[in-house]
Amino acid sequence: MEILTELFTDYTLRTVALGAALLGISAGALGCFALLRRQSLLGDAISHAALPGIALAFLLTGSKSSLVLILGAGAVGWFGSVLIAALTRRTPITYDTALGILLSVFFGVGLVMLTFIQRMPDANQAGLDSFLFGQAAALMQRDIYVILAIGSVILLLTVAFWKEFKLISFDPDMAETLGLPVRALEHLLTGLFVAAIVIGLQTVGVVLMSALIVAPAAAARQWTNRLGVMVLLAAVFGAVSGVSGAVSSSMAPNLPTGPVIVVVVSMIVAASLLFAPNRGFVFRKIREWKSGRALRVDAVLVDLYTLASQHASSDYPHSEQVLNVMSSMSGTAKRTLHLLKTLELAQPIDDQRWSLTPAGEERARKFIEEHYGGGV
Amino acid sequence: MTTDHAIPAEDLAIDVRDLTVAYREKPVLWDVDLQIPDGVLMAIVGPNGAGKTTFIKSVLGLITPAAGSVLVHGKPYQKNRSQVAYVPQRGSVDWGFPTNVLDVVTMGVYGMIGWFRRPGAAQKAQAIKALAEVGMESFADRQISELSGGQQQRVFLARALVQDADIYLMDEPFQGVDATTERAIVELLRALRERGKTVVVVHHDLQTVPEYFDHVLLLNVRRIAAGPVEDVFTEENLRATYGGRVAFVSALMARKGE
Repeated sequence: MEILTELFTDYTLRTVALGAALLGISAGALGCFALLRRQSLLGDAISHAALPGIALAFLLTGSKSSLVLILGAGAVGWFGSVLIAALTRRTPITYDTALGILLSVFFGVGLVMLTFIQRMPDANQAGLDSFLFGQAAALMQRDIYVILAIGSVILLLTVAFWKEFKLISFDPDMAETLGLPVRALEHLLTGLFVAAIVIGLQTVGVVLMSALIVAPAAAARQWTNRLGVMVLLAAVFGAVSGVSGAVSSSMAPNLPTGPVIVVVVSMIVAASLLFAPNRGFVFRKIREWKSGRALRVDAVLVDLYTLASQHASSDYPHSEQVLNVMSSMSGTAKRTLHLLKTLELAQPIDDQRWSLTPAGEERARKFIEEHYGGGV
Repeated sequence: MTTDHAIPAEDLAIDVRDLTVAYREKPVLWDVDLQIPDGVLMAIVGPNGAGKTTFIKSVLGLITPAAGSVLVHGKPYQKNRSQVAYVPQRGSVDWGFPTNVLDVVTMGVYGMIGWFRRPGAAQKAQAIKALAEVGMESFADRQISELSGGQQQRVFLARALVQDADIYLMDEPFQGVDATTERAIVELLRALRERGKTVVVVHHDLQTVPEYFDHVLLLNVRRIAAGPVEDVFTEENLRATYGGRVAFVSALMARKGE
């Protein structure tokens, strides 16, 4: 509760929360396209590749302004993505290998440069290493303006090119035959993707930024079958994880933001995998159990109906033993019979024999019509 | 063997000259010429790896050929591309994509509505009409992940129908569909021909070629033969196309002669 009050009154905290929400929204939304285009790992490669860009921008300008660092990160991150595409197309190296090589090489170079910067005599350099795991508390008002500006452009362009982005994600060949400039659209989408990554680097850190890209999208996919809803949900999940990570790390000294965000977003993913309707694990198990039960019910009903049809009246009673023999599938018909009684589809005549109710007869007849075309 | 060179270029739906495609120096298509007259229903047949899909994709500009030219109604494909609709292989997309049937069919009009616009009621109505033509109108709100193979194929056909093209290029529309869908697709192809459309279909089942199609291209890297089915769908040409598998060709011809 206290946190909530402070969120609205404490200036620093409000700034941090706003910035984290914005970058969570952009990352979540763009992550959906990456996920659907099977480029989830590209985010990891780009964010790691951005580290030398940050170091380079600082070495060249001596400035720690977030705009300068973001531009450096973006340029090198983009270069990384172009390099991956070129390696895949022009050499026998496969996509996953290219990702792996680029990620580790660029990250390694970035760490060497960072170490070099830290040994420089200038006192101004401290703080760049917070780009590794993120430090939301270090966010300043003007950093937020940068995030706000870039984040708005990302979202605006995503909305503007919505149908084109959807089409090149679903069926790029089709897009090409319609005359769309598929290559240019792909570059634009990758550019937005890079932008969504680099505005989060200071807050979340290069090491774990990809979690904020991939995880909200993966969680959102569980809840819906519509692209629009998926993107909205992913944006919400991204914002929630971003804000809770940023706020809790600003409250606790020396708690890096990235890991906290990852913990929050993993909980959202876990809950989505388990409890989402239709695709969730729990729901699927319940549905399997229900359809299994329905199948057992119908099997015993049909057995009763078949037996009765060999006699004059349809409510002719039959013993459990006979039904047990017939329902080889479930082994025992007793449990199913009691279920039938609860559902008022069958009734016990005495403690051994059972007969169909009119409702049960009706359902059995329908089932047979549907599945056996009239005859058993 | 064929007389189609005599037809003036504007009356040809598609005019392919000297088409050559190579993957890493291995030729997939070699110097293929093909003149497809307007209003025909043409099958492209040939063994696996004969370059059938590559042929269609190069006509559509999806693959850059090493050499050759493609004219659509007398103009380069890039100028007349809106006259051509493409039905790709069903397996070429991810059917787990979060969208429904109506949305996929509506993608067929994306080329006509321009930048920054969303498909509106008119486009939705067009899509529903196309769905009705393939017998799928009751599936409009269905998730595409819940479709059977035959239903997926019909959705792709409906998407091509809303493009309102003159020429349809289809890559194996009969692949893995049930008998009912196959009949429905054949009906649709004939209906298209009756409306004066040109339909070119990559086809695998040699037995049904004479029944379903009026023109055929026999392809195996090179063009073996092309023209009206009764002229070029001969044992000699099939042997030339399928090489050593003589027994299977003879059996087919024996059945054809019955």
